[in-house]
Amino acid sequence: MAGVGGGNDFQWCFSQVKGAIDEDVAEADIISTVEFNYSGELLATGDKGGRVVIFQREQESKNRPHSRGEYNVYSTFQSHEPEFDYLKSLEIEEKINKIRWLPQQNAAHSLLSTNDKTIKLWKISQRDKRAEGYNLKDEDGRLRDPFRITSLRVPVLLPMDRMVEASPRRIFANAHTYHINSISVNSDHETYLSADDLRVNLWHLEITDRSFNIVDIKPANMEELTEVITAAECHPHQCNVFVYSSSKGTIRLCDMRAAALCDRQSKFFEEPEDPSSRSFFSEIISSISDVKFSHSGRYMMTRDYLSVKVWDLNMENRPVETYQVHEYLRSKLCSLYENDCIFDKFECCWNGADSAIMTGSYNNFFRMFDRNTRRDITLEASRENSKPRAILKARKVSTGGKRKKDEISVDSLDFNKKILHTAWHPKENVIAVAATNNLYIFQDKIN
Amino acid sequence: MLHHNMSLHACLYVLCVLPPTQEIDDNVITPEKAEEVKLKARYPHLGAKPGGSDLLRKRLQKGQKFFDSGDYNMAKAKVKNKQQLPAVTPAEKAEITGDHIPTPQDIPQRKPSIVASKLAG
Repeated sequence: MAGVGGGNDFQWCFSQVKGAIDEDVAEADIISTVEFNYSGELLATGDKGGRVVIFQREQESKNRPHSRGEYNVYSTFQSHEPEFDYLKSLEIEEKINKIRWLPQQNAAHSLLSTNDKTIKLWKISQRDKRAEGYNLKDEDGRLRDPFRITSLRVPVLLPMDRMVEASPRRIFANAHTYHINSISVNSDHETYLSADDLRVNLWHLEITDRSFNIVDIKPANMEELTEVITAAECHPHQCNVFVYSSSKGTIRLCDMRAAALCDRQSKFFEEPEDPSSRSFFSEIISSISDVKFSHSGRYMMTRDYLSVKVWDLNMENRPVETYQVHEYLRSKLCSLYENDCIFDKFECCWNGADSAIMTGSYNNFFRMFDRNTRRDITLEASRENSKPRAILKARKVSTGGKRKKDEISVDSLDFNKKILHTAWHPKENVIAVAATNNLYIFQDKIN
Repeated sequence: MLHHNMSLHACLYVLCVLPPTQEIDDNVITPEKAEEVKLKARYPHLGAKPGGSDLLRKRLQKGQKFFDSGDYNMAKAKVKNKQQLPAVTPAEKAEITGDHIPTPQDIPQRKPSIVASKLAG
């Protein structure tokens, strides 16, 4: 079923896959976040080992007009390292929970990367020229005796092999007692927010020793705790507005102009529940694992265990669109609870035009929904479909008794192959899909 | 456990032989509720409030490592007296409580030295 994300003839093709092929996946290699930068030229990944790898898109060459620019390694560095907090007997994982790019302000690129406790601002700069012909230094860098210099020369800039350097410019630490789940850069390009299970903090990008607490849902008595913050994001245009989602399936929109402490929300989004359908699992599967504003700023999307919902910011009482990701799992909730899969946190993303949305599922399947045509498609990220420009075939999970050829039954799904993180290029039909330790890049078919 | 499953089957069987005029709407079980029955059958001690404090407190406690050398050595002495250290069964969705003495085997080994990501290879 083609047509999602573009016109009727639209089809997704394999472009590239990164990562090792071997069956034994080291825990450190599991990709934990994927993010394109504002132009789509750079693609960053973070993993459980605390490493960041940045890919850069090659310029389209005239020699190969049929291939779009490929993404190749631009820079890689160790962002976070494992730590142990001796005072609290707390092990702090180096796993990168989120990466968010900063808008580019000069030749260098900057991003924020965070683990459970500490956010770091990394500057990635490249040098492809070097100066030669200094007056005070000779060629090996040794200082020349100034009294011996008889003539002056103008140093020249010569090309050199490109060298990319990543350096940590700011370290934002010690502001979170609980585990950071989100960071989001504000549209003012000066501030950003970070959220943990119970609090949301606002930072200035230049100031590391202070942060403002803007949401605090910690109850006086922890026994009374009923919900936690699961995700937070700044509005793409209104720098005073942000949202945060909860484990109870609700979203609160806050306006920082209203009060210093935004404990009282400006808007409260919740879909009414049918009390007769309530079960032990209801609250767990309603927990929102990701919230994303549309590029337009008019809508936001939330992902819970079984569905993706699109909300109009002007309507709080129910979503305007609901898409089922893998409804067939509703009759498997018992075993998904036992193997902890019910707690998997899937992310979701918009395409640049806000006309399509994408999210992951199990068995290395990922789903796309076209908001205009209401068509949806299930695709698979696998090494078998990784011939260059191979068109991805639609996959189908059979739910009934009769399984058609090429369909896969629910019981055959591999729940260890989870696609939790996906990203869509801000302007083009290029997507990045993280399948455990492999990164797949798919593009639309070029005729 | 078997008893509970048979009750469910018996219930459905009864539904089939009811006269057609009888209301059976009340007894229709959604797939989600059926899964809940299965879960309660396997874990009878599971609390009534699933999304409440227990689950959240477990989530907030992630990363906490407890090790007390005094407790550990006393527990080791018990083993010498042919008493086993009480083990936590994976089936129990319980937090680590005072009964379970962590041993060096429970604490994860020191992580290997930092190597470059295979994505960059």
